[in-house]
Amino acid sequence: MSVSHSRVLLAHGSGGKLASELLSTIFLPPFANPILKTMDDSAVCPFMDEVSTSGGKEPLEIRVAFTTDSYVVKPLFFPGGDIGRLAVCGTVNDLSMVGANPRYLSAAFIVEEGLPTSCLRRVVGSMKKAAREAGVSIVTGDTKVVERGSVDGLFINTAGIGLVPPGRKVSGALVQEGDSVILSGPVANHGISVLLERERMGFVGTVQSDVAPLNHLVSRMFETCPNLRALRDPTRGGVATSLVEISRQSGVTIRIFEEKIPIDPDVAGACEILGYDPLYVANEGKLLAFVPRAEAPLVVEAMRSIEQGRGAVVIGEVTGGPDARVLMTTRIGGTRVVDMLSGGQFPRIC
Amino acid sequence: MSFVEELRLPDLVRPFIRKIASYEGPPIHIMEVCGTHTVAIFRHGLKGLLPPAVKLLSGPGCPVCVTPNEVIDRAIALAAVPGHILVTFGDMMKVPGSYSSLAQAKAEGADVRVVYSPLESIQLARENRSKIVIFFGVGFETTAPTTAACLVEARSASLRNYFFLSAHKLVPPAIGALLTSGDVHVDGLICPGHVSAIIGSKPYEFIARDHGIGCVVTGFEPVDILQALSLLVEMRTSGRPSVVIGYRRAVRPEGNVKAQELMRTVFSVGSSVWRGIGEIPGTGLSLSDEYEGFCATRHLDVKLRPVREAAGCSCGEILRGVKSPPECRLFGTACTPEYPVGPCMVSTEGTCAAWYRYSPSTGAGSGGSSERGA
Repeated sequence: MSVSHSRVLLAHGSGGKLASELLSTIFLPPFANPILKTMDDSAVCPFMDEVSTSGGKEPLEIRVAFTTDSYVVKPLFFPGGDIGRLAVCGTVNDLSMVGANPRYLSAAFIVEEGLPTSCLRRVVGSMKKAAREAGVSIVTGDTKVVERGSVDGLFINTAGIGLVPPGRKVSGALVQEGDSVILSGPVANHGISVLLERERMGFVGTVQSDVAPLNHLVSRMFETCPNLRALRDPTRGGVATSLVEISRQSGVTIRIFEEKIPIDPDVAGACEILGYDPLYVANEGKLLAFVPRAEAPLVVEAMRSIEQGRGAVVIGEVTGGPDARVLMTTRIGGTRVVDMLSGGQFPRIC
Repeated sequence: MSFVEELRLPDLVRPFIRKIASYEGPPIHIMEVCGTHTVAIFRHGLKGLLPPAVKLLSGPGCPVCVTPNEVIDRAIALAAVPGHILVTFGDMMKVPGSYSSLAQAKAEGADVRVVYSPLESIQLARENRSKIVIFFGVGFETTAPTTAACLVEARSASLRNYFFLSAHKLVPPAIGALLTSGDVHVDGLICPGHVSAIIGSKPYEFIARDHGIGCVVTGFEPVDILQALSLLVEMRTSGRPSVVIGYRRAVRPEGNVKAQELMRTVFSVGSSVWRGIGEIPGTGLSLSDEYEGFCATRHLDVKLRPVREAAGCSCGEILRGVKSPPECRLFGTACTPEYPVGPCMVSTEGTCAAWYRYSPSTGAGSGGSSERGA
């Protein structure tokens, strides 16, 4: 029998096909509007203003990027970061992915009764540090305390705004045949770091999360290549899910090459043991960029001059239509489809 | 050395690909018994590198897929009882039973916990003395020893709130039953290396001896699988089938004797129902007399509704290698990983899921064109 989803399953929150189904059936129809429809990492909202010139007043369009995200990571602290750093960087990065310069953030805390204040202080300290790193200010906020058991320790929501410079236009819908696909560094560090910390699997050595603000990297990329077509930070659902989303937004086939995809040996080893495909594991300090092929070498070089882009490489190309899908040439020369997962990944049984 | 990167070097696999490609005889049908092999074959795009005469069939070796509805229904019913905690592997969550799935039951309030290691179930039983903790154990010889270790631990700690629901199965007798059934034509078998890390290669010797079919026990890297294929093609050409270990870095002919002893202590072997195949003698692991007190089926009473099978689902034929997923009329339309009708579409090691997810010609977003590897 087919299981009908009369209730929300955990898998609906995993960023795969079930999550996108939840969006398209429950959330998008009632809220439908042209800005929401773009389905990029942030909404880009136009405001009309006037500017005084020698010839009188002229209309001026200001574009504000606006985004929000909630953070429910467990455990709250993991190698390379914590929920606070994640909450700041995640929102900064979502703003950066539409070409905006992130400026102001809100932070809302839902705290479980009994959480040590020292823990809260540590998280807030880490948010302060991350905000300074990104050059953003946390300018408003909210706190709620709920009964023990109502949340798992601490949930944080952040929202953020930033301005998109005039003339700048990037979107997952603007990708064209002949574009190169650039990845800013090794994949799967964040997801594996959190998993190993949560499950305490006793692997020797630790995998550090890559959680980091990407706005400085993005600025550097725009300096080199003002006509970047699309940016995406491959968080939940990983590189594979982001690529599939973009192939659908732009209606193109994307081909990537397995041998070009960077992965740290420790991360590769953990994925291998657990039976995880690193292409679907979350990153929190990486981005995918689509740029015209001729400009790709310069963009990669520019990216490598910034810490968050040290490992930048071209991992594939856009081969046009007619099918909106992602193909991968495997290391041994085979071809396979890269699709979204329906839910989360599970370790293999045997 | 990571023992991963080295095994995926193109130079290493090329000679095997060339050798297999040079095969010019009549069509040869090779079955990969195990779901992990099926997934590896698709993940690395191996099918596109083989000549048309070398055909791969997927076998019954996905433990989730062969677990019958009856057992899944029981697990769901046990989980739904207030005060029960049902503990299992993540892969079991979405598998549809007759009426529901464990994921659905969890969303409706049942206490279902996903663990990475069976040993976590022991910890849960210790931490929740006022509750009944049931470990739903699924898997072949690879996972059975860890389950056995849990039961030994539960017994020595006298855990009275710990129970075990078994869906553990044994591989070699199931292969025997499949070959004897005459349902499917097989010229060679690729057998799972991790199963043989426990049982060795000896239990497969009857395959060459009694059935005249070559058998290679191997690992899960492209080079392992290609080497196995090339050996099987060679055996077929020479007419000299044998049982070969192609995975010497992990498998000895006698296997892991300690793990085997542990299994013998905790389990007794009986017959078991395989979805799509039916009851196969000698393939089921239930608890031995000494451990019978932990048996959830015997000691925890639940009411079960009549078992139902999904209409039109071809998982049975697919598990026997009689049909390939695109030959099922539900594949990719009524049955997808989001709304699976049968278990082969759910499990990460399921044949239908692998075809759907990875195959350029039949899978998601397919334009219908069949792609050969570059």
